Amino acid sequence: MRTLRCILTALALQSGLVWQATQAADTRVRPVLIRDATVHTLSSAGTLEHTDLLIKEGKIADIGHGLDAPTGAEIIEAAGRPVTPGLFGGLGHLGIEEIGIEPTVDDYSLKVGAMRPEFDVSSAFNPDSVVLGVGRLGGMTFAMLAPSAEGGGKGASGTIIAGQGSVARLDGTLVPAAHALFLDVGGDAASLSGGSRAAQFMLLRQAFTEVRSPKSFLQGDIRVLTPGGRQVLQTYLDGSAPMVFDVDRASDIRQVIAFAQREKLRIVIKGGAEAWRVGSELAAAKIPVVLNPLDDLPLSFDAVGATLENAARLHEAGVKIAFSFDDPSPHNIRKLRQAAGIAVAHGLPWDAGLAALTRNPAEIFGVGATNGSLERGHPADLVLWSGDPLEVTTLAERVFIQGQAQVMRSRQTELRDRYLEKLRANAAR
Amino acid sequence: MRKFFHLLLAVGITGCAAQPDKVDHSEKAAKPAAPVASPTALTTQSFYASTYKVPDGPPTLIRHATVLTGTGTRLDGADVLLVDGKIQAVGQGLQAPSNSKVVEGDGLWVTPGLIDIHSHLGVYPSPAVEANSDGNEATSPSTANVWAEHSVWPQDPGFRTALAGGITTLQILPGSANLIGGRSVILKNVPSVTYQGMKFPGAPQGLKMACGENPKRVYGADKHQFPSTRMGNVAGYRAQWAEARDYLRDLQEYQQKIAAGGKDAKDAKPPKRDLRLDTLAAALQGEILIHMHCYRADEMATVLDMSKEFGYHVVAFHHAVEAYKVANLLAENGVCAAMWADWWGFKMEAYDGIPENIAMVDAAPGGCAIVHSDSEEGIQRLNQEAAKAIAYGARSGLNIPPERAIRWLTSNPAKTLGLADRTGTLEPGKMADVVVWNRNPFSVYARANLVFIDGVVRYDRKDPGVAPESDFLMGQPAAPGADR
Repeated sequence: MRTLRCILTALALQSGLVWQATQAADTRVRPVLIRDATVHTLSSAGTLEHTDLLIKEGKIADIGHGLDAPTGAEIIEAAGRPVTPGLFGGLGHLGIEEIGIEPTVDDYSLKVGAMRPEFDVSSAFNPDSVVLGVGRLGGMTFAMLAPSAEGGGKGASGTIIAGQGSVARLDGTLVPAAHALFLDVGGDAASLSGGSRAAQFMLLRQAFTEVRSPKSFLQGDIRVLTPGGRQVLQTYLDGSAPMVFDVDRASDIRQVIAFAQREKLRIVIKGGAEAWRVGSELAAAKIPVVLNPLDDLPLSFDAVGATLENAARLHEAGVKIAFSFDDPSPHNIRKLRQAAGIAVAHGLPWDAGLAALTRNPAEIFGVGATNGSLERGHPADLVLWSGDPLEVTTLAERVFIQGQAQVMRSRQTELRDRYLEKLRANAAR
Repeated sequence: MRKFFHLLLAVGITGCAAQPDKVDHSEKAAKPAAPVASPTALTTQSFYASTYKVPDGPPTLIRHATVLTGTGTRLDGADVLLVDGKIQAVGQGLQAPSNSKVVEGDGLWVTPGLIDIHSHLGVYPSPAVEANSDGNEATSPSTANVWAEHSVWPQDPGFRTALAGGITTLQILPGSANLIGGRSVILKNVPSVTYQGMKFPGAPQGLKMACGENPKRVYGADKHQFPSTRMGNVAGYRAQWAEARDYLRDLQEYQQKIAAGGKDAKDAKPPKRDLRLDTLAAALQGEILIHMHCYRADEMATVLDMSKEFGYHVVAFHHAVEAYKVANLLAENGVCAAMWADWWGFKMEAYDGIPENIAMVDAAPGGCAIVHSDSEEGIQRLNQEAAKAIAYGARSGLNIPPERAIRWLTSNPAKTLGLADRTGTLEPGKMADVVVWNRNPFSVYARANLVFIDGVVRYDRKDPGVAPESDFLMGQPAAPGADR
């Protein structure tokens, strides 16, 4: 501990430097040249070693060797360190849950006892949530806002249609065109469908019938949707945006696949603890799975087949996978990178692990043209890492979102520095 | 009943831990002269005793590995010799007895078995069905009478997955709904049909207490009863301690009368047996070690004051997300902080969590940092949680080598469980609780190749059959291994 004082003194100097470095000029004005990086393009170009990447006017102007630095450019010497597309933070409550268990800042569920697909959490999104800054520093640049279907306790309940969300970027912007409808089926949703999972498809079929065959209803028939709900559901029946089914049990996944094929839906499986058992069927139907690589316990009877090899087995079966935690809380989405590494430690090829955090989710949720790969002309949405991006000891060094260099500060670094100062003062005492 | 009580009192003291350092003894000094046996000896575990026995096995020599001893030392190209369930020697070029099994350790790393001091495995098991939800006796703010071990379901599949992550010893605690949740139990992570077969022989029990939001929400907000505020919480604990002191005094007086013999002994009547006060009195005596769930820095300081008022010692604050704000205060008081690497924000009292917390607690002179899980997922990879803390520490100028960081998962937790003399380091004479890793354990790619408990291989990555599957997963067509 004798060394603490000098460490902390060194730190003070260092953090001053870091602060300066992170006050990068607006990249829409000032170009940035990253030199000698290992560029994981996630495009057909693959991984390029000892490669330069030039950001000009917010876009990836060039990727190649020996690129010239434009006048006034900031030059970053990567010395072989990896550059990847900005990472995906999963499906959940980013910007709509500042802290847990606090109703005034939790906007992620509608509990009015009726199916309201028109409920869209995007309008609750708070770009000033400090949660965004924490995720940004972790190298996450985009996520999918997802409402939660919840029981109501003593009050009104939610239903199996949780509502809609859209892609949010961690610079605080939304991509309303990249939206999805979220549904919850299976055992944990039985309380949202009158007590039986068998009622879930019954209710969905009725909702679809209300949209597709309004004339089949006689006056006085019970309806489950409002006019606004019918209008919104129509857009999903057209296949213009995905319907995301939260489901774990193999037999329930089969029901969802059959339902989707019958109704000609574009769907995504979320959760999918037992999806590996249905791998070939999912691959044949081209249905992607957004899974939590850490699920390996039978936390419910729907997840008896949970295994750390889920990702590897699905990949092997030819299923497109992306990663998200089951817990939709947004605070620790930076941990998704670790989850990807764990999937790799359990048999998933490394490249597939990175794709499940970048290209795959960008494609699944409709932002493939701006996120998930590094290509000439794309907005610069990328991260420079201190090492292997799937390794827990690696940290993000520089983060660019849609062309803009991000200041590498968050509420957490502010707190850290305030109290490091106190620790240093005590050590000096 | 009286005879029974007397019999209990006569039972000797267990091997409970000595008083931790830096206890304020001012209260103790005022107590009557120490009686022959502890008046709270009835809290000893003569009943519900451990039935765990170390199976016989040949010696094992692990050769040419990178060894982190848990004492702060790293040895490269070193051997570890396990004989009769104990660490016999650690060093270079050790000679193995002829009947030894040999593990070639080139490229491998060896650490003490990992210890998680905050787990609810068995009491909140998988599957997480209501019928198995046995972790919180949320019917009264003080349930010091309950023992977590009486809820432990040994078939929780989570024990096995924790074993694959190198966990050899774990403390199972009651939940945090109550101000005083009840007694914990320390388990060896061995398969057994009964919890007694897992119980760590001679380990002291712990007492779970909780600060902050949970008790006031469960009782105040949800049930409209006491406590509904943080000041209510503190009044609640204090009332319990005051009662426990009276109970302890009555026990001591009774015992002195018995000891004096004659008419006094004949007329002596013990206080009415009270299971709740048994626990609290034993905690005041230091025979049950106090673990306190406490997020906020200011609440930790309040609890430290309260511990001085009543003369006890808190061994660790758990979930101490704001420990970094009072790292020096905790160190000065000899209290460890048990922390997550990066959890934060899931409730108001976790809003100020930062990923440098562990490294900053470690950096305070005399600081004692522990990585804990409180999670069936986190317990599977405490090594990775520590790795993240190392990385964030380094970014903040706090450079922590692996041989120092491993103490957060081994010797430091062992200390708070009162087991520092038995496990948590690779020193001769300690229990042979050892993990052989495929590489530096502070990596996302690290996997335990072998896990030894008391010198016996309990997990072998190449031979999954060594660690039996839970009864729950037997014959389940959906189970992950069913198709292979």
